Parts: sequence; structure tokens; C-alpha cells
Amino acid sequence: MTAITPEIVAQHNLTPEEYERVLEIMGREPSMTELGIFSVMWSEHCSYKSSRIHLRRLPTTGERVIVPPGENAGVVDIGDDWCVAFKVESHNHPSFIEPFQGAATGVGGILRDVFTMGARPIAAMNSLRFGPLTAESEPGAAATGSRKQQIYKRNKAILRGCVDGIAHYGNCFGVPTIGGEVVFDESYSLNPLVNAFALGIVRKDQIFFGKAEGIGNPVLYVGAKTGRDGIHGATMASAEFDDEALEKRPTVQVGDPFLEKLLLEACLEAMRSGAIAGIQDMGAAGLTSSSVEMAARAGTGLELDLSLVPQRETGMTAYEMMLSESQERMLIVAKDGREKEVVDVFKKWDLDAVVIGKVVEGHRLKVFHNGVLEADIPVDTVTDAAPRYERPMKAPERANGPNVEGANDSIANRKSQIANSNAALLKLLASPNICSKHWVYEQYDTMVRTNTAILPGADAAVMRVKETRRAISMCLDGNGRYAAVDPREGAKLIVAEAARNNVCTGARPIAVTNCLNFPSPERPEIMWSFSEVIDGMSEACRAFDTPVISGNVSFYNETDGKGILPTPTIGMVGLIEDVRKLVTQGFKDEGDMIALLGVTNDDLSVSEYAQTIAGFSTDELIAHGEVPKIDLDLEVKVQKACRALADRQLLKSAHDCSDGGLAIAIAESCFSSLNRDAIGSMIDLSNPQTLSDAAILFGESPSRIVISFAPDKLEWVKDVVGDCPFELIGTVGGERLSISIDGNGTIDQSVSDLEKAWTNALEKRLER
Amino acid sequence: MKFGVLVFPGSNCDHDAYHVISKHVGQPVDFVWHRETDLSGYDAVIVPGGFSYGDYLRCGALAKFSPVMGAVKDFAAAGKYVFGICNGFQILCEAGMLPGALIRNRGLHFICKHVRLRVENDRTPFTSELDSGDVLSIPIAHAEGNYVCDDDTFHRLEENGQIVFRYCDEVGEITEEANPNGARSNIAGICNENGNVLGMMPHPERACEEMLGSNDGREIFRSLTKAIAAASGQWPVVSGQ
Repeated sequence: MTAITPEIVAQHNLTPEEYERVLEIMGREPSMTELGIFSVMWSEHCSYKSSRIHLRRLPTTGERVIVPPGENAGVVDIGDDWCVAFKVESHNHPSFIEPFQGAATGVGGILRDVFTMGARPIAAMNSLRFGPLTAESEPGAAATGSRKQQIYKRNKAILRGCVDGIAHYGNCFGVPTIGGEVVFDESYSLNPLVNAFALGIVRKDQIFFGKAEGIGNPVLYVGAKTGRDGIHGATMASAEFDDEALEKRPTVQVGDPFLEKLLLEACLEAMRSGAIAGIQDMGAAGLTSSSVEMAARAGTGLELDLSLVPQRETGMTAYEMMLSESQERMLIVAKDGREKEVVDVFKKWDLDAVVIGKVVEGHRLKVFHNGVLEADIPVDTVTDAAPRYERPMKAPERANGPNVEGANDSIANRKSQIANSNAALLKLLASPNICSKHWVYEQYDTMVRTNTAILPGADAAVMRVKETRRAISMCLDGNGRYAAVDPREGAKLIVAEAARNNVCTGARPIAVTNCLNFPSPERPEIMWSFSEVIDGMSEACRAFDTPVISGNVSFYNETDGKGILPTPTIGMVGLIEDVRKLVTQGFKDEGDMIALLGVTNDDLSVSEYAQTIAGFSTDELIAHGEVPKIDLDLEVKVQKACRALADRQLLKSAHDCSDGGLAIAIAESCFSSLNRDAIGSMIDLSNPQTLSDAAILFGESPSRIVISFAPDKLEWVKDVVGDCPFELIGTVGGERLSISIDGNGTIDQSVSDLEKAWTNALEKRLER
Repeated sequence: MKFGVLVFPGSNCDHDAYHVISKHVGQPVDFVWHRETDLSGYDAVIVPGGFSYGDYLRCGALAKFSPVMGAVKDFAAAGKYVFGICNGFQILCEAGMLPGALIRNRGLHFICKHVRLRVENDRTPFTSELDSGDVLSIPIAHAEGNYVCDDDTFHRLEENGQIVFRYCDEVGEITEEANPNGARSNIAGICNENGNVLGMMPHPERACEEMLGSNDGREIFRSLTKAIAAASGQWPVVSGQ
């Protein structure tokens, strides 16, 4: 047996203290296989050792919650005995090393998490963050062949690869990819974020769990064969990158969406047979985490014989098989005596299904290989006694904001140099974060399964649920800049926007999944911001009555010592009781009235405007900026008003005011969409606070929604809105977008020119 | 009257076709597993979209070896109706039931969006309820929809009226800009010489409800239903919406 040296321990990313704990639990020196099991189970990725004590503060219960966090995906009730299961998960590290397969297997993993619960996936979304594709604010700064140019080129390749990978997997699998976000910022250069979301529907009485229940029940391995790919993937995802990152390419798995499609159909069919007692996806840490977690949840033990595992390579050791992250595999606990039914279903779909062990009494995982006991581990202690760190936290200096005053001055100075709002509007519409992302989403099948009632490009996507008259809205929202400037308020702003996006379709937000992307938790400033984000998120989720039902933490998003912005991503799901009442964002008819719900304040400081027009770098914004103030009571009031209007079918359109502010929101409502031509509008805004034109047009005050309605409905609308701030701002019509402030014209442009600039901007950057 | 929707490993628009036939066309319909070799209970067979066998090797190249395909050939030879959509069109080409082939899109990307189609021949069993020149809004979703064929085949297609749909712009003009994938002569759908086998890249089953953006696809299914009724002498009882 190999002696375990301190070097071997270090290679497994275990600290000397953690190894001491292993020795204590085992009462002896572990075998290599056992060490491997501890190493992946105690990796940050699997154990949440740095985040767990904070995550406990999130609200996770509510009337609709059927399955709270802790299972493969959370489940909420949508009425009529139907439920939705959903979750978002990061695949950042693999997507940097190998964008196509990294993103593809991210999609594959999250789909399995959903159908493991017995739910058929009906929608997928992705939140993607990349470094800039071209020099934006410093023309000529990057000569061809320079380091910067190389980075732009790499960022483009990562974007293309990720989009290709997502399309490849989702399209072939047959799930519509219906939304998400694509965001660019310097901090994601060589640190892309790929957060994949999936949602499925399941009958309330047909939910499956990852539990190894029933002593004597057979354990089946189903799906793809095991190879050496992905060994130590979870450990890789728990460390920073350096120059040697690309050498880690073999730790990225290769996905096969066709196999996953077969696996889906076979699993759902086997579940319907009633022969399955428990099922779990072999995701990160493969056979190890699925067997340990299933046994731990049920309070049982497992005996596995690895000699029986279907393998696609020869000579694999127990260590390799336990740590392999080969994709498209599941572990199933069948009811005793009914394993043949399960095997027959998988045979029909040309998939392997083999009994490799059984559920036993006691709490031990015993792994045999060629007759040798290779591992014998107490499962409850591997999970319960996993290290939990209360890592040191320290607020960064800027939290006191000594520079804020000065910064506002300098933003004001640069602001004053920009006289032309027309030019600013055009430039913002074509800026990377605001421009149309159709180049991305047209590569995804957005319609398969014929449920997509609102296609990508809107505030939130909407899927009707064929089995009911209801529909489900969903969106993904993150914001690294807000969270970097003020993590607590930033997190509230992100949750508020996600809720608002759903509300704009007429939905009531019902639950949340989150993906928390951060740099190294070993840095006290990062841990502090993580903790603040959790508190801000908790407060906002309570305000909207949207419990967090699933999620994922991704630490160590750093390359060469430079970390990403702390980036919490929120996946919010809403419910529309009657699909006929859904609302879209585009203006509809000549003469309709346009109104603003909410209030505009001076919120330019950390905005797209500050970056794109005033030319501040992200670092400058973080050092000096201030996030918009959010009043959750006001936010709730605005959302309630919008929902009440939608419910009474008074709205022709509703659109969230976010990146780029009011002028951008209005322009987007003017743009064409399927079966709807572009249409102009005449807007006159009041300025009671005497803000600058830029603050009114492009400021990013939260809690605002632009709505339109038929003029004869005005009194009714006012009545429904009640005491929510409401201002009539214009009328729909013509072919131009013209905006004046207190009667003074400031913007007047042809909608088709604006739409052209907005539509083609991303392709142009990719071609450059 | 009965429809069959073939299910290959990797088919993923099978449920959509089934839904449309049962809910919107209002006719009886079964899923038919690819190992089935008896199609005698059916009047029309839909070869649905998706990624049969993962599109490995070539789209449709493996599906043509599935046991059911022998039966589909006999079925078509007997004059029954076969309707291939997207991957189904690719399979019918690979199986030699329709001429030509579908190669990678000109732009090399998968494309999913609503496009316009012009009806080129309204005398087929699939278009009798439409008029030549009608412009339909129907989505595409494919990476290999670029129709190619040799010149002889092309002229034959034209002479026989086998070109059933072409990509066009909003007013029905056949333009280069309106061609999403580079298909020869903007071809979006063709039929065999007898007219009882149709293959098309766009997805009419995704365009049968206002809520999904279009119901222009319904006329194609309605035409087919009428043709079956006329052929079999049984008139359809429409029970759908």
C-alpha cells in the first residue's frame, strides 16, 4: 500500500489539520482510495466548508416549498398537484480551461440534477460573464499582437466556445434554452462565469429523492461507462488558476447530450414503473459523492463492488473509479426484487444498468474491487464531520467611503463634458452589456417542447405548463459591480431586479435559486463580502416572500492572483395563474399612454453610463462609486401595483428599468419583436429633484417599471395603482423616440436607427 | 384515421408533433418506437425533429438503419403519407426517400428563429388548404438545413413541382437575405414525385398556437388530414380546439 506522505496529502488539497481529522475518524492511516474520497468530499465544491455557516442564514421555507435545499434540486408547488424543480449551478473553472466542454457539461449536470428529482426539464437558462471582446474606452491603447489584444482574442474564443457548448448540449438534449444574461467586465477576463440553470415539472406525488433507503435494496449503476475523465474535477474547482491552468484540461469532462437524452427518458420511464426507491446523479466527485450522500441522507450504509462497474478503459483502479467524473451516469437504489424491471427499461434505451452493490445496515461505505476491500469509511462522519470554517472576515477600507464625495465630483465633471444625450443613447444601446444578445440565443433551440410563451430578449422568459392553465416565468440576474461596491445593498438590488423582471410578465415571484461566484474565501475581504451578500439576499428574499430552495457556491474564481468581482447570481421563478394574462415588454398601439411606476433619483454613480459614457474603469467605480439606494418597501409596492394591473388585464406592456436607465428601457419597448413592428413614442419627463439630464435618462434607480395602457383605461389604472408612485410620461406612436425633460427636448431619433445599433453590436465586436 | 409519430433514440420533437395532432388537429395518434416494423394501423407517419442517434456520423445517417425505416419505405410505396420535419427531413434524404441532402448551415451555427416561407405548390396533399404564394411564419431550429442537390435533380424538382416551400421575406420575395442557411434556391421543403412524402426543415408543429407566435403550421396538418380522409373515404371528426 502506498504510504501517505505530506506531499500526497497536499496534492489532494487537504490541509495538515484536515488530514489529522481524517486520521482521527479512520483510527488508522487511510488507503489511497479513502484519501481520495475524503479529498473530494471535503473539497470546497462538495462540502461548502467556507460557506456553510453563512448559508444557514438564508430563508429556505415557505408555503410552496416542497423540497428545500439539500437535495439535487429544490422543488416548489405551483398548484393543481404540479410542482417545479429547479437549480442553478456554476461551471466556471471547467469553462475557462475548455470552454466548449466546460459549458456543455455544466448544462448536462444541471439537467441531471433536475430529472433526478423525477422532473422532466422544460427550460434552461444561462448566466454568462466574460472579459471584454474589444477595447471600449481606450481606442488605440491596444496594438495588434499586444498582450491586451491576445486577451480580447481569448475572451472571444471563450464566449464562442461556451455558447457553442451550451447550444450543443441543450439543443441535442431537447430542452429549450430560453434566457439568462451575457455580461462583460474586465474582471472576468480569463475568469469567465458560466452559471447554468434548469427547471423541470413534476407531479407532487412523483418526486424522487437521493436516498439509499431500504436495507437489502440493490444499488444500480446506470448510464454511461466510467472512464478516467474528470478525476479530481471537484478539487480543481476548489483552487485558483495560474499559468499552468491549461495543463488541467484533462480534468474537464466530455459531455454526450445524446446519452443524456436517453438517460432522461430511461430514468423517467423507470421511475414510472414504481421500482425505484432512490436516485442520484453522479456529478462532481462522481461515484463517491453520489454513494456517500445517498447513504448519509437515509442513515444507511452501502457496499459496492467496483469490479461490476461498466468501464470504458482498462486497468482502472478503485481510486480512479471512485473519483472519475465521467458524465451521464446515475446511481439508483431499486426496490428489492424489482431490479430487473429497471434493467429492462435501460436496455430498451440501449443503456447499461448493472447491480453493483446493496444497501446495508450501519453507516459505512465499503468499496470492494477485485475482491479486495479498498475503502471502508463511516459515511455520516465524512459528511457531518466535514470541516466547517468560520474564515476570518474584514471589511475593505473603502467601506467607510472616504473617497465617495470626491468621486461624485469627478463623475460630475466628466458628465458635464457629455452634452449630447442622443449620442449617449446610441452608444449605450450598442454597449456590450446593453446591446441585443440575439447572436447568442439564436444559437439555442428556444422553442422545442412548444411551451415558450415569451422568447429570450425579454425581462423574463415564460413557459406555459401544458398540463395546467398556468405559466412559469423565470430569469437569471447577477451584478458584480454592485456587489463589489456594496455587497449587502448590491445583493438586495439583484434580488429586487430579479423579482421585478418576473413581475413585468405578470407573474408572482415564488422562489429563488442562487449561485454565489466569489474569489478565494481565504481572503478576509472576500469572506466579508460573501457574508454581507448573504445578509442582503436574505433580507430581500424575505421582503418578496421568495425562499431560496437550491443553489451553489463557487469560490476560488481567480487567475494569476486576480479575482473576479464577487458575483451573486439569482435565478428567480414566478407563477402566472392564467397564461392568457401574461404581459410583454413592447409598446403595442398608437395612442397608448406610457407611465412610470416608481421614482427616479440620482443613481449614475455605478451605472453603465458611468462606464461606457463617462469612461470609468471597473476599478475606479469600485473604489469611488455608490450603489443606488434601494427601499424594499417601495420596491414591493411597485411590484404589487404592476402585478395588480396585469391581473386585471389593463397593461399593454411592462418593462423593467435597469441597465442604462429609463431611456434604454423606453427604447427597448419601442423595438420590434415577433409579429410586432417597431413603434415610436413621445416622452416628457418631469424633474422635481432638478437632477442632471443624464441622471434622469440613464440613472439606474431601482424599483421602476415602464408600463403602457389604452388611454380609456387611465382612471382604472390610477385606481389600481393606489399610493404607488405613478407618473404619466408620454404616448406611444410615430417612428421616432423623442424625450424631453420639463418640456426641453433632449432625445429625438428614429427608432429604426436605434434598433439597428442595438441589434448588430455584439456581432460587430466579435468580427472585429 | 390514425397518425403515428416515430420515436428514435434522440428524437425530441416527437412530443410536440404528438401534442399538435392530438390537441390541435384532433386526430388519434400513437408514438411508434423505432424497432417497430408494422405500420399497418396508420394512415400517416410523422418523422419528427430532434437529434436521432445524437446526429453522430451525419444527421439521419444512423436512423435510416432503424428497423422501422424499412416499414416506412413500404408505407410510402403504398401511397400512404410520410411527413419528415427537420431531423425527419434529414432522415428521409439519408434513406433515399427524398432526393438531395442537408449540409451544415452557411453560417456554421445552429439557428433558431421564426422565418417566412412561401408556398410554392398548393397541389400537394400537405398544402391543399393553402394557396401558392401564401407566406407562412414558421420557426426553424437546425444546424444542418442547407439543402443541396445536383443540377439534374434540381431541374427535376422544379419541373415536377416538388419544391413545396421556399424561404422568403415578409412580402414573399425569394431573396438571399431571407435564406437563413444557404439552401439551394432557398429550398425549405420538398416532396417526392408522388407527392405523398414531404420533408421540410421548418417546424410547423411549433406554429399551431397563437401563444407560440404563429398558427400558420395548422394549415399544413389540416391539408394532410383532408388528404387522408379523401384517400380513405373516412371523413375526419375534428375534436381539437
